[in-house]
This record gives sequence, C-alpha cells and structure tokens, in this order.
Amino acid sequence: MQLWLIPLLPLAGFAINGLFGRRFSKSLVNLVAIGSVLLSFAWVLKTLYGLGDLSSAHVEHYFTWIQSGNLSIGCDFAVDRLTAVMLLVVTGIGSLIHIYSIGYMAHEGGYYRFFAYLNLFMFFMLTLVLGANFLVLFVGWEGVGLCSYLLIGFYFDKQFATNAGNKAFIVNRIGDFGFSLAMFLIFINFHSLDFATVFHAAPGASEATLTTIGLLLMVGACGKSAQLPLYVWLPDAMAGPTPVSALIHAATMVTAGVYMTARSWVIYTHAPDAMHVIAIIGVATAVFAATIGLAQTDIKKVFAYSTVSQLGYMFIGIGSGAFSAGIYHLVTHAFFKALLFLGAGSVIHALSGEQDMSKMGGLRKKIPWTFVTMMCAAVAIAGVPPFAGFYSKDAILVAAHAQAPWIYWVGVITAGMTAFYVFRAMFLTFFGEYRGHEHPHESSPVMLIPLGLLALLSLGGGYFFRVPEFLAEFFHAGPEAPEDFTLVAISVAAGVIGIALAWVMYLVKPGMADSFAGSVSGLYKLVYNKFFVDEIYDAAVVNPIVGGSRSVLWKVVDAAGIDGIVNGVGSWARGVGGVLRHIQSGNIRSYATWVVFGSVMLIVAMGLAGGLIR
Amino acid sequence: MLSQVPISWFLMLSAALFATGVAGFLFRRNIITVFMSIELMLNAVNLSFIAFSYQHKQVDGHLFAFFVMVVAATEAAVGLAIILTVFKNRQTLNIDDVDSMKN
Amino acid sequence: MDVILFLIFAAIALVCAINVVLQSHPISSAVSLIGVMGSLAIIYLLLGAEFIAAAQVIVYAGAVMVLFIFVIMLLNAGKETTTGRSFMSQLLGVPVLIALLGLLAFLARHMYAPDAMVHFGGFQGGSARAIGAALFTKYLLPFEVTSILILIGIIGAVVLARKELD
Repeated sequence: MQLWLIPLLPLAGFAINGLFGRRFSKSLVNLVAIGSVLLSFAWVLKTLYGLGDLSSAHVEHYFTWIQSGNLSIGCDFAVDRLTAVMLLVVTGIGSLIHIYSIGYMAHEGGYYRFFAYLNLFMFFMLTLVLGANFLVLFVGWEGVGLCSYLLIGFYFDKQFATNAGNKAFIVNRIGDFGFSLAMFLIFINFHSLDFATVFHAAPGASEATLTTIGLLLMVGACGKSAQLPLYVWLPDAMAGPTPVSALIHAATMVTAGVYMTARSWVIYTHAPDAMHVIAIIGVATAVFAATIGLAQTDIKKVFAYSTVSQLGYMFIGIGSGAFSAGIYHLVTHAFFKALLFLGAGSVIHALSGEQDMSKMGGLRKKIPWTFVTMMCAAVAIAGVPPFAGFYSKDAILVAAHAQAPWIYWVGVITAGMTAFYVFRAMFLTFFGEYRGHEHPHESSPVMLIPLGLLALLSLGGGYFFRVPEFLAEFFHAGPEAPEDFTLVAISVAAGVIGIALAWVMYLVKPGMADSFAGSVSGLYKLVYNKFFVDEIYDAAVVNPIVGGSRSVLWKVVDAAGIDGIVNGVGSWARGVGGVLRHIQSGNIRSYATWVVFGSVMLIVAMGLAGGLIR
Repeated sequence: MLSQVPISWFLMLSAALFATGVAGFLFRRNIITVFMSIELMLNAVNLSFIAFSYQHKQVDGHLFAFFVMVVAATEAAVGLAIILTVFKNRQTLNIDDVDSMKN
Repeated sequence: MDVILFLIFAAIALVCAINVVLQSHPISSAVSLIGVMGSLAIIYLLLGAEFIAAAQVIVYAGAVMVLFIFVIMLLNAGKETTTGRSFMSQLLGVPVLIALLGLLAFLARHMYAPDAMVHFGGFQGGSARAIGAALFTKYLLPFEVTSILILIGIIGAVVLARKELD
C-alpha cells in the first residue's frame, strides 16, 4: 500500500522548499508546499479506499531501526480504524490550512520558510499517527514539538515570540520525560514497544504496573495536549502566525496526546484508577480554562483557552471509557476550532494586525463572509443541535455521567461557559459599533474558500461522519448506555443559557459586562490575569532553577572545574615542553651523546627482558 | 692448544673496537674524523657477525656482513657529499660550528 | 699458531683504532683506519670468511677509504683546532663509554661457553660459491633492494656534490 508515501511527500516538500525556496517565486513555493500536502491527502484516500473495512490493522515493516540485545525496534507503519480517522483529519484540515496560508502569509517575510516548516510538521504528525510502535510515535511526537517551536518563534525578531517558542518546547519536554519513563516501563514489562505485542500482553500484567504506565503516559499527554498543570505554553503559543495556531494548536498537534491515550486503550481499560485520574484532570482543565477564557480581550487568547478546555473534554471522554466519543470530539473540534482560528486570522488580517477585541466591533457588515463562517463554528462549539459539536459533546457527557455524575455536572457548567465566551467573542467582534481606526477589508478568496469548507464541515460533519459507530468495533466498546434524553436536554439547555447570557450582556445592555466586572473587581482581576499561574511557576520553579544553574553549575562546575582541568592540562603540557626543549640544543655532539646513551639503555632493557642480565 | 682461539676473544675485540669508535664519535670535532669513527664501528660489527656465523656454522652471518659493507659504502659516499655541501656553505669542518638550530 | 696470529693482528687493529681516535690530522686517522681494516681482513680469514676478507680489502680499504682521502685532500682539512666543547659530551661521554664497554664485554663473555673454539679451517662454508648460492636464493630480495639503494646513493651523491651551473 506504500504507506510511507503519506508522510514522505510533505517531507519532500520541506526539503525542496527549505533548500531552494529562497530562490523560488511565491507561486512555485505554493505549488511545492500545497501540492505535497494535497498529494498526501489524495494518497490517504486511495489507501483507505484500497484497504477495505479495516477490521484488522494493516502493518508495513520497512527496516529494522534498532537491534540491540533484547531490544528490536522496526520502522513500522500501521493503519487501522483509529489511524484512518486521524489521517483524514490531519491531511484534510492540513491541506485547507495550507491553502489558507497562501493568502494570510502573502505579505509576510520568510514565506518559503513558513511553508517548509509547515510541511515538516505534516511529516512528523503523519509519522506520529502512522507509527506502529511507541518509539516511532515518539519520533513524531518530538518532531511536532520541534516544529511547534520553530513555528511559534517564526517571527524570530520578536522577543515574546521566541520566548513563547522556548516555553512551549520546554514544557513539552517535561511531559516527554513522563512519556519516556512510560516507554521504559513498557519495555521492561512486555519486552517490546510494538503496539500489537504490548496490547496483546497487557491484560496479563499486574494492575499496579498498568496504572503506573497509564499515569506516566498521561503525563506525556498533559504536556503535549496542554492539560493541567502543563497547559501554560498554549496561550503563549498564540505569538505564532494564526494558521499555525489553527493547525498545530487546535487541530493536530495538541490532539496527539488524546490520540496516544486512545491508542493505549487496552492499558487503560485494565487500569481503572488511571482512567479516573485522566477524567479528573480533563474536567479540571476544562472548567479552569473556561473560566480564564471568560475575561480575555485578545481574540486569539480566548480561542486558545477554549482549545485547552475542549481538550479537557476529550480527556473526560477517554477517562470515562468512551474512547470513540473522545476521538469523535477530536474530529469535530478540529473542524470548528480550526475554523474559529482561521476566521480570527481573517479578522486580524482585515484589521491589519489588530487582535484586541476592545478595538473591534460591528464588523459583520464589513467582512460578511468571515462573519457567516465564524458563526457556523460558534454554534457548533456551543453544542447547539444538530451541528457537529452537539453530537460529540453529548456522547462524552453521557458517558461521563455513567462513570461519575459529578463530572457530568461540572461538564455541563463548562459547556455553558463555553457557549458564553465564544458568543461573547462573536458579539464583541462583529456586533455593535466599530471601535477601532483601521479600514477593514474582506479577505481574498484563497482564504475564504477554506473557511467555507470548514463551515460546512462544522455544520454537517457531526451528522455525516459517524465516527463512534466506525470506531466502536476498534475499541471493543460495550453495549451503548441507554440514551438518556434528560441528560442531553440539560447540556443543550446549558449551551443555550450561555448564548442568551452573552447576548444580554454584550448586545442588549452593552455596559452590563463592565459594571459586573467592576462589582467583582478582585475576582475579575484574578481571572483576567489567568490566576497568576505563570507568575507562580516563575517564582516557584523557573527562577530557582535558573539561579541554581547560574551560581552552581556555571560558575563552579563549568568555569572553575572543567575549564580548570582543560586549561590545566594545556599549561601542564606547556611546562613539560619547556623543560624538554633543552634537549634540542643545536649541538651535534650532544645529540651524539644522547644517541649512545639511549642505545646503552636499550641494550640493558633488552638484556633484562631476554634474561641475559640477572 | 695454540691452534685454537676461543670465540669470546673475537667478540671482545669487536667490543673494544666498537667502544673506540664510539669514543671517536663523541669526542672528535672534525666531521671527517667522526665519520671515520662510524666506519670503525661498522667494521667492529662486521667482525662480530662473522664470529657468530662461525659459531653456528652457517653462511648467513657472512651475508649480513656483506650487506653491511654495501650499505656502509653507500652511506660513506652520500655522507661525504653532504660534508662537501656543508663545507661549501659554512667554510668549516668543525661540527661545533654547525649550530644554527641552537635555541 | 692461530692464537699467535690472532693476538698479533688484534693488537695491530686495536692500536690503529686508538690511533684513529687520537690523531689530530685527518689524514693520519684515515691511514690508521686502513690499517684496522687490513688486520680485520686477516682475522676474517682466520674465521674462514674468505670472500668477506677479500671484499673487505677491495671495497672498504680500496674504495671507501680512498674516497675519504680524496675528500680530505679536496677540502684541505688541516689539524683539528681545540675550541669549545659540548657540555653534554663532557658530562656523559666518558661514563657512557665505560658503561658501553663493560656491558658489551659482559655480554660477550656470558653468551658463549668457555670452550667454544675457533681454528683456521674449522668453517668451510665461507667460500665464494657458498656466498653466491645463498645470495641468489635465500637473500635475493635484499640483494635487489641494496642494488636500488646503491642507485639512490649515487644519485644523491651526484646531486649533493655537483657544482651549480651559473
């Protein structure tokens, strides 16, 4: 089936654009970059069409990567139903965002570099998804972290952008440490890192081992998918260009954690405690991020916190055993969150770079197409039936209720908050009077067509792509819990209440929000400043480590110790040389004497060795 | 008994000649005399080769001595050519005066 | 008979060798060296090395020493002057010499049983026929290599000693 073509086409795009893009014209860069991703998408379609119903995994083994003692890791790619879903999301949405970027990045510097990095990201993400063992997945995992760093810091001349890139990479590394420990444990217990082998042997292992492995894998997922306490990098990552936020920090990279935990569902179903922890982390993150999102004024930050919150929902699904529901929400979230970000990008592009919502307003007449498409996404994320978000969120909440009802109720409250802050953003941006000074203009068709396609997907995707049924067989899902209509109705009602509240506070009585904020000013300040989490981390973790490094590791170990040894060796050699150079006196007779002296010594030595002289 | 010479006498003669050669090599100042001391050393070694060859009753020692002689002749030719060149450049045959590598 | 012959010519060799080292004029040293080589040729005959003895006289005494005397006369070398000495050879020279002599004598004594004897005619294998047979069978490669060595020596000597054309 030539699965290797799927990731390698974008890699070729990266190589060509990266090496020669500087001399290419813009259209040639576009052709290479977008062509490679579209070809990859087409190949995905062809592969899936050719593979039939995928009731068992299709594995391709390419070469043995590591062979050392017991450890044998091959470079293997596999496609099963879960992979198929992820492949379609990554390549499909990836292609749309690539096309959108042509318009968005048209006036930016480093055009070819942007597309090269985007293609590299696609390569790593596809490797992550196609990997048939934990190590190949980890290669993709690390690679997408790298591309995230490169793309967040794309405007490398801005200090806050490079800082954000560093922050993303470093926080991700903390999660990767947990993931690595999990891989070590898996290898010790199951002697292999292959998915097939590990998941076949997992039911036989002790529950304590599986719980530990599950929790460590979750640490990795927390880093990559921005859950508590490692979510802090995602809001700062908005420093990158908006297509990057849409692709990496909404649709694909941050979902890698969800994918990885869903892939390891066998481990989790046999470690119920770990699953419960996941659900708790998910719900805590969801509600925490939603509260922060309520008070943000930067439009991209609102959607960033929304992403963190929605990822929490996906983990609620995974933690409640509803793996297909979690993946379903991943798919629908990719649709509407990518659309929200791309739409926000269109707004920012229209206002020549303005991101503060207090300087927007009344844009629905000026950029109508952007407004319409974003509205589609907003109703989808708010969980209004029959649009995409409703189906997936409903599936998760019903499953959560079956596990632990309190999670369901917190989830419902969060759904209300989600609807509220999304529509708050919409009302502040598109309704009322325009509060800025720019001249808004509609975006070009190359940006609008992806928006339109994503709007159609947000509206109808949930209905047409029946992901849970497709994945139910993969996850060996038990019989469906009886469809409890009251639960569904309550969650929909929460969404509607949220929309109504936003409508009242921002449209009907515009001053109500500010006066409310003034009346709870202490609480408002806390929420507006993101609960000071970054500052707490700085004081508790970052500054002690940096200070300790500086005073101990740098000054003592490196400067005094290592430099001392190295320089000491050098000066010792010089000293010895200074003494030895007197042998070279320029006088032939002294050389002659040394020769004879040396030969006498040599004869003595040989005589001693040969036993002649005792 | 007067018709038999102990082999060790030959070797001691060889050692004495060799030591004399070394003495000339170390203590003389004229380049050509130094060279002649080297030839003396080579001759001493030849003697010991021949003596060992007698002891083992094999002809190989003679061949070694033969080759030593050939090489010594070549070395003498080339070495004297070098001495000529040095004399042309320095106008002196005193090896203590050929010290431009000093310090 | 052999003992007397050996003693006489060993004494001549030693005296001439010491003369080589002690004489101040190079010509005297060269002539003494010819004496050493002659006596060594006789001693080789005692050891049954007929070919080598002949080669010693022809090649060494007859060609190499003649070359030396040519060069001494060409350079008009005079008596050696007694100017400064090397510090290192003063310090180490005599002790090293005595050490070397003692060492070699010691080795010589201990490597051979006291009753290993030489007498004239005891070894018949030093004839030209024997040497030729070994030279062209067992030692063929060194033979060829030394011929190349001689070629290199000739070229080197010619290059070094020629007069620059101006």
